[in-house]
Amino acid sequence: MRSYKEKSFQAITYITALTTIVLLMGIIYSLFREGIPLFGKVDVRSFLFTNSWYPTHAEPEFGAWALISGSLIVTVGALVIGIPLGLGSAIFISEIASGRMKEIAKPVIELLAGIPSVVYGLFGMAFLAPLIRQWFHLDTGLNVFSASVILGVMIVPIIASMSEDALSNVPKSIREASLALGSTKIECIFKAVIPAARSGIIGSILLGFGRAIGETMVVLMVSGGSAQIPRNIFASARPLTSTIAAEMGETVMGDLHYQSLFALAILLFAITFITNLITELVFLKRSFR
Amino acid sequence: MNKRTLNNYLGIGILAAFLLMTIGFLVVFLVRMFYKGLPVLSLNFIFRNPREAMTAGGIFPAVAGTFWLTSLAILVAFPLGVLTAIYLSQYGKPRWLVRTVKVAINTLAGTPSIIFGLFGMAVFVNLMGFDVSLLSGSLTLAILAMPMIINATEEAIRGVPNDFSEASLALGATKRQTIMKVVLPTALPSILTGTIISIGRVAGETAPIMFTAATFYSRRLPHNITDEVMALPYHIYALMTEGTKPEAQVPIAYGTALVLLLMVLTISAGAVAIRFSIRRKRKW
Repeated sequence: MRSYKEKSFQAITYITALTTIVLLMGIIYSLFREGIPLFGKVDVRSFLFTNSWYPTHAEPEFGAWALISGSLIVTVGALVIGIPLGLGSAIFISEIASGRMKEIAKPVIELLAGIPSVVYGLFGMAFLAPLIRQWFHLDTGLNVFSASVILGVMIVPIIASMSEDALSNVPKSIREASLALGSTKIECIFKAVIPAARSGIIGSILLGFGRAIGETMVVLMVSGGSAQIPRNIFASARPLTSTIAAEMGETVMGDLHYQSLFALAILLFAITFITNLITELVFLKRSFR
Repeated sequence: MNKRTLNNYLGIGILAAFLLMTIGFLVVFLVRMFYKGLPVLSLNFIFRNPREAMTAGGIFPAVAGTFWLTSLAILVAFPLGVLTAIYLSQYGKPRWLVRTVKVAINTLAGTPSIIFGLFGMAVFVNLMGFDVSLLSGSLTLAILAMPMIINATEEAIRGVPNDFSEASLALGATKRQTIMKVVLPTALPSILTGTIISIGRVAGETAPIMFTAATFYSRRLPHNITDEVMALPYHIYALMTEGTKPEAQVPIAYGTALVLLLMVLTISAGAVAIRFSIRRKRKW
């Protein structure tokens, strides 16, 4: 009786663990099932590399290059802002701040991580965009620049908390050796501590990249939404995520437009999946702990 | 002052500036949300129904919708997540399966939330025929919450010293008894902290419920799990992008955002406080 209970409990935990794999497979399967039929009618290469997204025209065209480049540009912009802020904060908290300051700064950054993206979207739309429009004398503040600023701040907590972990895990002896050789604080940080924490820091940046490229609400509300390749940072963009979110409501289940949005989702999933896999396997090795 | 000392101060100054800019953004953000949101906020705003096509009145259906969506999602995700974490940390055999499950969890954790929305739409709404409903939305959100709960639980269980379970096993308790009566109770506060944080995340998600649960306008509260619901995050989005009277809608959006923000921040601040006190009280 006892061993029966033991075995069934173990079996239950085993089955629930399997559900995570089943769910992941299910997600991949359903994206492909709904999205792949598009490629019976549209060539993969023209889908990826031509620049004409007219899904609702009488002769619909599905060239997603403008959307892909929109995603990439907004994400690179987010990294340009997020990396210095996140990494700078992490280094300061881990290496320079006193114990008391650490206790305040860390929860504050965690709090930042808890802010819902739609609230950031509202802030970007109703506060930042009008400011940007005024400052730079533009027609509209809903553009790549505004979206990048908001996204950049959104990924600060990810980059900061993970880099901070990596920096704190560097053995004290490395710092002591560097300081004993006469290096200044900054030399010690940049020449001894950061190189030792390198892989964790790169991992945190890659996770930030994945988060930024997959973020929907902020780009949907703030990036402007025109399906053109952005020519400069004050141009409007329509990243992959916001295209899916904005257009799904107009589609009929199973039509070409519906399929094309799932095809965009496949692309998006592939990008984040590969980024995550590289991060986990090469830089963080968390999956093997 | 020589060049190296100068560089040292300059470097420290720049690093401090980055931290201050981050905190400065948070301050500007919070001040703006309170400044615009507080005048709108009142008990009537929270507990009354919207009127005149969302340009007046309260947001109660959205508050209730978010409450139900989040509760049901956690109700589904919590047992699944805890059991999975028990498997990973306590049984852990075969090795290759543990690795595969961990890769799956980390992949799910890094998957954009809009993709969960598409999955929920394709599977729960269309394939299983649940339609756009509270049920479809909560199941979709549950998938999103699972990796967070698993990771938090695993870490919490890892924090329980081996001596505890060894002592229990030495007294003749079985593995299951040890897990249920020693490991889980010891880890429970940390598990709950992690779960509370995931509640905050789930409550604020918009993209997963856009096509699975949310509706812009509903005069009544959800009566059963097959009803469409209003939800705070989606309500903010809809107020900002739909409708014809922005001058009336934007203040309501700010008010709604402040309600959501206060909810989420209270929840996560609570979790941080609980964790802090656990660390203090812990005797091992």
